[in-house]
Amino acid sequence: MYNRRETKYPMPVQDPLVRNHNFKEVALGYDAETAVCEAERCLSCKNRPCVKGCPVSVAIPEFIAKIAEGDFEAAYRIISESSSLPAVCGRVCPQERQCEGNCIRGIKGEPVAIGRLERFAADMHYAGAGAIERPISNGHRVAVVGSGPAGLACAGDLAKMGYDVTVFEALHAAGGVLSYGIPEFRLPKEIVKREVENLIAMGVKLCTDSVIGRLYSVEELRTELGFEAVFLGTGAGLPRFLGIRGENLKGVFSANEYLTRANLMRAYEEDSETPIYHAKRVAVLGGGNVAMDAARTAKRLGAEVTIVYRRGMEELPARKEEILHAREEGVELRLLTNPVELLGDAEGNVCAVECVEMELGAPDESGRRRPVKKVGSEFRLEADCVILALGTSPNPLLQRTTAGLETKPHGEISADGDGKTSLEGVFAGGDAVTGSATVILAMGAGRRAARAIDAYISSAHR
Amino acid sequence: MIELEAPRIAQKALAGQFIILRVDERGERIPLTVAGTDVERGTVAVIFQVVGGTTAKLNAKREGEFLADFVGPLGNPTEVEGVKRAIVVGGGVGCAIALPVAKRLYALGAEVHTVVGFRSRELVILEEEFRALSSTLTLTTDDGSAGEKGNVCGPLKRLLDGGEYDAVYAIGPLLMMKYVAATTRPYGVKTIASMNPIMIDGTGMCGCCRVTVDGVTRFACVDGPDFDAQKVDFDEAILRNRSYLPAEQRAREKSCRLFRKEES
Repeated sequence: MYNRRETKYPMPVQDPLVRNHNFKEVALGYDAETAVCEAERCLSCKNRPCVKGCPVSVAIPEFIAKIAEGDFEAAYRIISESSSLPAVCGRVCPQERQCEGNCIRGIKGEPVAIGRLERFAADMHYAGAGAIERPISNGHRVAVVGSGPAGLACAGDLAKMGYDVTVFEALHAAGGVLSYGIPEFRLPKEIVKREVENLIAMGVKLCTDSVIGRLYSVEELRTELGFEAVFLGTGAGLPRFLGIRGENLKGVFSANEYLTRANLMRAYEEDSETPIYHAKRVAVLGGGNVAMDAARTAKRLGAEVTIVYRRGMEELPARKEEILHAREEGVELRLLTNPVELLGDAEGNVCAVECVEMELGAPDESGRRRPVKKVGSEFRLEADCVILALGTSPNPLLQRTTAGLETKPHGEISADGDGKTSLEGVFAGGDAVTGSATVILAMGAGRRAARAIDAYISSAHR
Repeated sequence: MIELEAPRIAQKALAGQFIILRVDERGERIPLTVAGTDVERGTVAVIFQVVGGTTAKLNAKREGEFLADFVGPLGNPTEVEGVKRAIVVGGGVGCAIALPVAKRLYALGAEVHTVVGFRSRELVILEEEFRALSSTLTLTTDDGSAGEKGNVCGPLKRLLDGGEYDAVYAIGPLLMMKYVAATTRPYGVKTIASMNPIMIDGTGMCGCCRVTVDGVTRFACVDGPDFDAQKVDFDEAILRNRSYLPAEQRAREKSCRLFRKEES
């Protein structure tokens, strides 16, 4: 018999008007009792539509059944078979477009809160986790370039198989987008740190401040340093700009710059030496998760914040929960509004966004209705800071400095389903291959590449 | 000028490239151009002017101490291939970065003519080092306290009037590079400016270092830091470099107070 409640058990959260002044995590997580009740809402469908919606096919009904039984550690083990970063994915996956979007309970009422349950199982596991066992080394050495979701997942799986793995990270801290991009209030850095510490406990070596393509070429990793295979998980962090007038005025930032200052450099803390703009009125251009993150960060730094997005509510690409949280915190949304130009004052500081209202016309190639300008609807939105969250392209450095590494027109590394690139012994995965996508897809790609690297090295020594 | 032990960077860095450093765990990341390397000793030299809190703290470091982070080499090396006859123009502290470029040209067999400009006599650096490799060297100071009175453009124009050059390298304050570009324009000689914008990651991720070149947004960290000086929008670059001026001043005053406290 299942729990007939039609809505998800609410997630306990910090009060919106308190949390929009602090950087602590917004969602506090289910307690054991709530988690069990929520798990009992699952019908354990035979055809498992939720699993079909999961990019890495986590055995969802099975782990939920374990939570319902009260065996939380078993639930964690089931998730771990398919996912290396459950504490992260439970928090940042767009569940409504994946597992939860397919849930039968969602037809009449709300789907089962699969993401919250995943997070619960992972948090419970870590709360009681013992020491990590160090696998027995097989003596083979692999280099992983980049310590974001793809790199961490690849390194973790290889380490478990006994490989001697070294992770090279360009920044001074590991985690990639989990560290520099996603804010503390959505993904506490403590979680990222723990994932990295677990890898180190398994024997993975971490070299921060190491820009591959400059300090060592991919070729030198193989020849000079003697790695038998290399995994490239260098991500997509190159920010796109609009190409409109005024984009280089002072006070105009890419979301990556703004968030890197806030997250990685912790510019919101009093004693951080990294400066950040403390603006009065911030306009964020874009509608994805990054736009929401930037808007909510600006709000926490004391600004009035408006998100400007050219399509409608239905088209907003951000996770539903982030949109909801942003609005609760007092972030204003101006939908169907397109920025035309950024205006500056005499000193070259941005002071306003010239906008035009849009209406939805016929669907375009992507199937989304194309926004068209409403004649005569131009207006000015005052802003002393403008943040551009318009998407990112693959980081260009490795692609440009590695001879023979084939890429696609937008700079994505060409790789097959196993991550094999045009270079012998060189594999790639995550946003560097797909362009900016999700944590879970990158994690899945890292794990597939780990298996392919294992097969590659094993066959070479047969 | 400080020297840091970083053997691999020393081995790989070429003239025109830069590093990013953090002084300590709470510190900001700042880019500094490589002023020289010693492969045998495994050291990298960087030069800086005290402008904000970080450079003030860096200035207070003593021999044998450590920095939290030292990342590099970043950016593309200065293009010197095929250059037989060149003018190197250095301004102020920029001379320390111009020197490795001049050295590299000289080592590759090019004829190097140097123009270095400073505000006044007390600020003159590296004159002998430049002289050792230059076919001609002209020193200028704004106040005339050493060398020729005025800026670098006068002597530069005289050189250009006197012969053909393959390239002019301008390394120094943005305003100086802007005027160098204006001076060389009528001569049609390839002129390269070494840009030094504000940066965070230095690997193409933040876009903070964007520079408009020929109407297109380029990133100094991965596309530069050298660009065709005739195509750089210097006025915009000058404005952008002032983005954190008030914050820099506050930080400098704060760290000055700290140092004074430590001394007393």
